[in-house]
Amino acid sequence: MSKISLIIQREYTTRVKKKSFIVMTIIGPILFAAMMVLPGWFASMEDTDEKSIAVIDQTGKYNDQINSTGYLKFSWLDKTASETIAQEYEKDGYDAYLIIEDDLLKHPDAVKIYSASQITIDVKEHISRSLEKHLETEKLASYEIEGLDGIIKDINAVRVKVKTIKLSDDGSEKESSTELVMIAAIIFAMMIYMFVLVYGMQVMRGVMEEKVNRIVEVIVSSVKPFQLMMGKIIGIALVALTQFLLWVILTVTIVGIMHSIFTGGASTVTDTNQIEMVSSMNGQPMDSEQMSEFAEGFTNILDKVLSLDLIGSLVLFVFYFLGGYLLYASLFAALGAALDNEADSQQFVMPVMMPLILSIYVAMAAFRNPTGDLAFWFSMIPFTSPVVMMARIPFQPPIWQIVLSMFILIGTFIFTTWFAGRIYRTGILMYGKKVSYKELWKWFRYSGK
Amino acid sequence: MFLEAKQVVKKYANHLALNEVNLQVPENTIYGLLGPNGAGKTTLIRVINQITGPDSGEIIFNGRPLKSEDVHRIGYLPEERGLYKKMKVGEQAVYLARMKGLSRHDALKKLKFWFEKFEIQPWWDKKVEELSKGMQQKIQFVVTVLHEPKLLIFDEPFSGFDPINANLLKQEILKLKENGATILFSTHNMGSVEELCDHITLINKSQTILAGQIDEIRQSYKDNLIKLEFTGDSNSIKSNLTDNFNIEDIRNTNGHQTAFIKMRNDATINQLIGNIINDVQIIGLQEVLPTMNDIFIKVVEQSNLTKPVK
Repeated sequence: MSKISLIIQREYTTRVKKKSFIVMTIIGPILFAAMMVLPGWFASMEDTDEKSIAVIDQTGKYNDQINSTGYLKFSWLDKTASETIAQEYEKDGYDAYLIIEDDLLKHPDAVKIYSASQITIDVKEHISRSLEKHLETEKLASYEIEGLDGIIKDINAVRVKVKTIKLSDDGSEKESSTELVMIAAIIFAMMIYMFVLVYGMQVMRGVMEEKVNRIVEVIVSSVKPFQLMMGKIIGIALVALTQFLLWVILTVTIVGIMHSIFTGGASTVTDTNQIEMVSSMNGQPMDSEQMSEFAEGFTNILDKVLSLDLIGSLVLFVFYFLGGYLLYASLFAALGAALDNEADSQQFVMPVMMPLILSIYVAMAAFRNPTGDLAFWFSMIPFTSPVVMMARIPFQPPIWQIVLSMFILIGTFIFTTWFAGRIYRTGILMYGKKVSYKELWKWFRYSGK
Repeated sequence: MFLEAKQVVKKYANHLALNEVNLQVPENTIYGLLGPNGAGKTTLIRVINQITGPDSGEIIFNGRPLKSEDVHRIGYLPEERGLYKKMKVGEQAVYLARMKGLSRHDALKKLKFWFEKFEIQPWWDKKVEELSKGMQQKIQFVVTVLHEPKLLIFDEPFSGFDPINANLLKQEILKLKENGATILFSTHNMGSVEELCDHITLINKSQTILAGQIDEIRQSYKDNLIKLEFTGDSNSIKSNLTDNFNIEDIRNTNGHQTAFIKMRNDATINQLIGNIINDVQIIGLQEVLPTMNDIFIKVVEQSNLTKPVK
């Protein structure tokens, strides 16, 4: 077996066996699945506690103007109850009481709700909306315009809802969700950023470890320093790809399982097994109405996710990850070789990380304007293109831009790897030397064989 | 010659590390590479190990220029040595052995032999960080010799070894020679040079300043100094010695006296004995050869004087 594959093997197996790798591999998909499931979950988890609220209208103008809903019951009490209500509302079975003290057109804040427990924002909004509506109608009525009701009804019927339809090359139409495309772009950009940074830093630590442990000279007596560096970079890249692949597989599995549980559960309510599973997750039994509501929301999200070009995005993700990683990892390897301890590393690590951090900010701007000049140029510059281009991918930039940025990226990482190799070769055998940029430049210029 | 360095020049960015250095190591000998710190020993060793290439000159190994496959026939224990701390001992030993071209199967077989020999078998599945320093040194040594290289290179092998392990290492070096290996080592420990080495090369300021068989070197640097142990009247010695002899020092030691006598011109030990045999009781008499330590200091200081730093 060739030596570089021995090195790759060692780098890969020691890292994959680490606890931190295993933990991350399991937690990741759970988080992703949660991101897809939770919105639907929350939608079905609306406040279902029944609340009854006593209302005392001291003005007598607003009688019965707040409607009871399925969960909120309003009882209109007599004015005289206002003296005893504070002491007796709980005994009488109310959760809260509302007092309207004055004419609300003159004193908009003359309505107060009292309660021992916190009043939710939904309850508050329901009350103010109801009262506002009543006041509006009242005020409109005061103008005494004939047929006004009809006019208002007519006006209110006007609704605009923009649907975004994605046209495929074959002319077929698919409903897409702008919000979801944004979210996908954010996830892609953050993931690339995270992967490049986390695994790039692992390369640096690995090189530093070899140098600090003084094992490097034993190894370079068997292999060329460049082979050692490339073995490490490739080995860690494989670790990253393994993690990514496991994340994709596990996320798809978890989402698939949950989807079948929820939709299946909704359609066959009698299937006690599935209901039990859901109940145990919820802590309390769900009724079938809620269930189908949730399942519908979930299916909706899933459909929209599937409307994105997932396979294409994943392929591009892997490419941009590898490109960005190879570019940065080689620089990190050179830094690791040049530095003896992590404390010194800060001033050298920052300049390398700067473009990466910058690219996240540019990506944020690219979400809003994915075809603008800023997004275009930063998705061409190889140091920022992996993050910025991935942020643009869900918005489907022109193919030529993707291809061009890929070629620039490939060219650049070949260059940085060569550049880093020269510094690495000298750096790993230098001990206790205070490193400066000038020194690094000398190492690079020095044409050792 | 088994290993030869011919006119090796190596420049670093800031300084000249090796300036036309020659080295001739005969097969199956123990060869000492000596020199003060920063003289260029480690650079020469790295050139021989192909860790760095020379700017000019060449290395001849076994009669032909050194090739990259030759790393499998060289065992190298660097001065800066270590192991992966988080890796298990056995796993790591197999990894390093395979890097030297052994198959997994052969590596396991040979490791079993060495681990039993050094009684470190129970540590096979331990992580390196759990081992004592001495234990780690044993493992490093095992890994260096495991692939049975023809040429062994030890850079400062005794530095960092405790006396017990240093002694073990000495015994093993001698055994390796018995088994046919050639050993090149650099050291500051002159005692071990006298004990082990057949030949030496002394490098100072990137240049060879002394090379040859150790016995010949000591002979050529001898001061014709005689150490004489006797009992009797020391004054009678002084008065009886001819002008060819000069007493450097006389001291009392444990009931007898020791004199250091320098012989001049072509004086012989026999003449010395003739001069004094009637006056004192001779207990012992021996020629004092300079230690490698003395020679080292003398030669290096001389070369520092004659070749001022460029």
